[in-house]
Amino acid sequence: MKADPKGVLTGSHYLDGDHACAEGALAAGCRFFGGYPITPSTEVAERFAQRCPLVGAIFIQMEDELASLASVIGASWSGLKSMTVTSGPGFSLMMEHVGLAVMTETPLVLADVQRGGPSTGLPTTTGQADMMQARWGSHGDYEIIALSPNSPQETFDFTIKAFNLSEKYRVPVLLMMDECVGHMTEKVIIPAAEEIEIEPRRFYKGPQGKYLPFKPDKDMVPPMVKVGDGYRFHITGLTHDERGYPDMTVDCQEKLVRRLVDKIRKNADDIIEFEEDGVEGADVVVVAYGITSRVTLRAIKLARKEGIKVGILRLIVVWPFPEKRIRELARQVKALVMPEINYGQVVLELDRCACGQAEVVLVPHGGGWVHDPDDILYAIRQAARGKRVGEGIVEYHRKKRG
Amino acid sequence: MCAQKIAEKPRPEVAEEPHPMESILRMERIPHIWCPGCGIGTTVTAFAAALEKLEWDLDNVCIVSGIGCTGRVAGYMRLDSFHTTHGRAIPYATGIKLGNPKLKVIVFSGDGDLIAIGGNHFIHAARRNIDLTVICVNNFIYAMTGGQMAPTTPPKGYATTSPYGSFEMPFNIPHLAESCGAVYVARWTALHIRRLTEAIMEALQKPGFSLVEVITPCANYWGRINKLGVGLDLMKFYHQNSVIKHGEDTRNLGIEFQKPIVVGKFVDRERPTYLEAYNKRLAERLGDKFKPYGGEA
Ligand SMILES: Cc1ncc(C[n+]2csc(CCOP(=O)(O)OP(=O)(O)O)c2C)c(N)n1
Ligand code: SF4
Ligand SMILES: [Mg+2]
Repeated sequence: MKADPKGVLTGSHYLDGDHACAEGALAAGCRFFGGYPITPSTEVAERFAQRCPLVGAIFIQMEDELASLASVIGASWSGLKSMTVTSGPGFSLMMEHVGLAVMTETPLVLADVQRGGPSTGLPTTTGQADMMQARWGSHGDYEIIALSPNSPQETFDFTIKAFNLSEKYRVPVLLMMDECVGHMTEKVIIPAAEEIEIEPRRFYKGPQGKYLPFKPDKDMVPPMVKVGDGYRFHITGLTHDERGYPDMTVDCQEKLVRRLVDKIRKNADDIIEFEEDGVEGADVVVVAYGITSRVTLRAIKLARKEGIKVGILRLIVVWPFPEKRIRELARQVKALVMPEINYGQVVLELDRCACGQAEVVLVPHGGGWVHDPDDILYAIRQAARGKRVGEGIVEYHRKKRG
Repeated sequence: MCAQKIAEKPRPEVAEEPHPMESILRMERIPHIWCPGCGIGTTVTAFAAALEKLEWDLDNVCIVSGIGCTGRVAGYMRLDSFHTTHGRAIPYATGIKLGNPKLKVIVFSGDGDLIAIGGNHFIHAARRNIDLTVICVNNFIYAMTGGQMAPTTPPKGYATTSPYGSFEMPFNIPHLAESCGAVYVARWTALHIRRLTEAIMEALQKPGFSLVEVITPCANYWGRINKLGVGLDLMKFYHQNSVIKHGEDTRNLGIEFQKPIVVGKFVDRERPTYLEAYNKRLAERLGDKFKPYGGEA
């Protein structure tokens, strides 16, 4: 399906990532935004507040983040594509409703513009330390989809992608931005509506009496209806059967949660996206995501000048993780290097998938700024020697000049 | 009225005589979970009767509950129904309503759910005058979790977490609602079925944030912990000790332990709803660039 031109601001713009996120959402057909201001994500809400009345969408500033995500889930069941945005503390407050959206298979997009933490941390500067919270921050077991853009243009593009994935798999999709991407201003090209591919909601069209809200199609995803269509359906956060009725048995739990997990795991090849450069024949591959993937490019350029055979695998979809590809690469290279603005989160997955076949190197950063490319360069150099210095994840620390 | 047939085989004892509210209740989910003598059932009866009398197209009526014994109401109504998270039924319902303003959206939940954990949402929805009808079952306790103190527990009332009797000042729910901007506020007990039904009908027809508080016996916890007898004793007590005072100043509606309870209709006033105010303001500022919001066409 093509995008509805009403929400598409076709043209070449100079936008920061936050504004680009709002435009991406409107282009994707988002028509409800409920949110609560928090730095560095506030500009997304501000853009929505300004634009919604002009495109027939509705914006509401809710009283907190719990209410924000609750309203988004409700609006999604009314049939509107819906989203919210937050950062740090707000992301924590939203976790209960991430679980509700997972359990009730409600399509929606939640953007987290990451800042430094824990707690209030560094409200105005960058971080990438919510990545594990994105994966399993809500209680209970589930799988989710998380994307990580590295520029305003990508924020626009990936917001559309996030909506499309959320409709296709009926799962909340997390857009894991960071302060740097959110606040950096660059050229953003918004294509014509007919060039934007939109995943329509998978509405059930069968007879009313026969509708089973949680009876999945072949791809494990059930079709959806909306409030007011006469299906008289029931939705609950309790463990439920195909009718949507509570059934607190071990069997029902097994069937439901298994499917919620499998609809992502078994469709992972369709969901996962990454890009590679210079990976064939490389001794070292840097695996990076978000803003850090851009800083990495500089380090790679410098390393290649030194004659080091180094490639990059840039994660577009972080969750689910490209397990298969990492396993392949681990057999081919001496080392896998991951810089991230935390003390080791996604690198845990990298290490698990490397299975001891390659050295796994973490280049951590506590947050507040991006890496110095020289730190990544140093780790690449050390890693290229291929000397295993011990078990588990390795960190190489460049001695900084005073 | 709903013509949907029930998918499951009827149970033998009800096979001959259909339940009078079969079109509104999910009979396939009966028996329900509530204790004998619980007032939630009668509150549901009043609600169902109100819907029946209004003769609305129930396809456009939607119910949202939070978590608790009362939170289970949504699951028994043959409506588009949502059993959400503890305290968040109101913002959830706000999203549904704004998503499709043509819908009639009811929030049906407990005192703890709406006034403790959900208190912030309650006051803001009333302030914004979101077009919702809130039915608040007040049994003075957290029943679902086994009888803990609620922000409605009257002083001296016992609960498992107020083992020496509560000493906190409880919320006066009608006063809270009025102060925050609700346009319709009434209180009845679960035994005033006819008046409660009428109040729910009025609330449902009132555009804006309407609240019906229902004083409801919880025999299993409130009654037992406070040694007030079985469900019927509680019902009788509330009925005999309720004093009807329509238009009473909501400041006088605080409830004391085992003292008379003032019931009636206290607030019925006009104020633009959230969407009316939204459409008016944006039309003023944006002129022709703005099409009044009415949800999807
Ligand atoms: C976030 C969260 N905290 C706590 C609970 C546990 N809990 C479930 S119901 C409930 C209280 C319900 O009381 P009330 O709303 O008065 O409903 P009642 O059971 O009395 O009808 C609590 C504390 C929960 N489900 N979720
Ligand atoms: S515990 Fe109390 S409120 Fe809950 S069903 Fe039993 S009597 Fe009703
Ligand atoms: Mg209660």
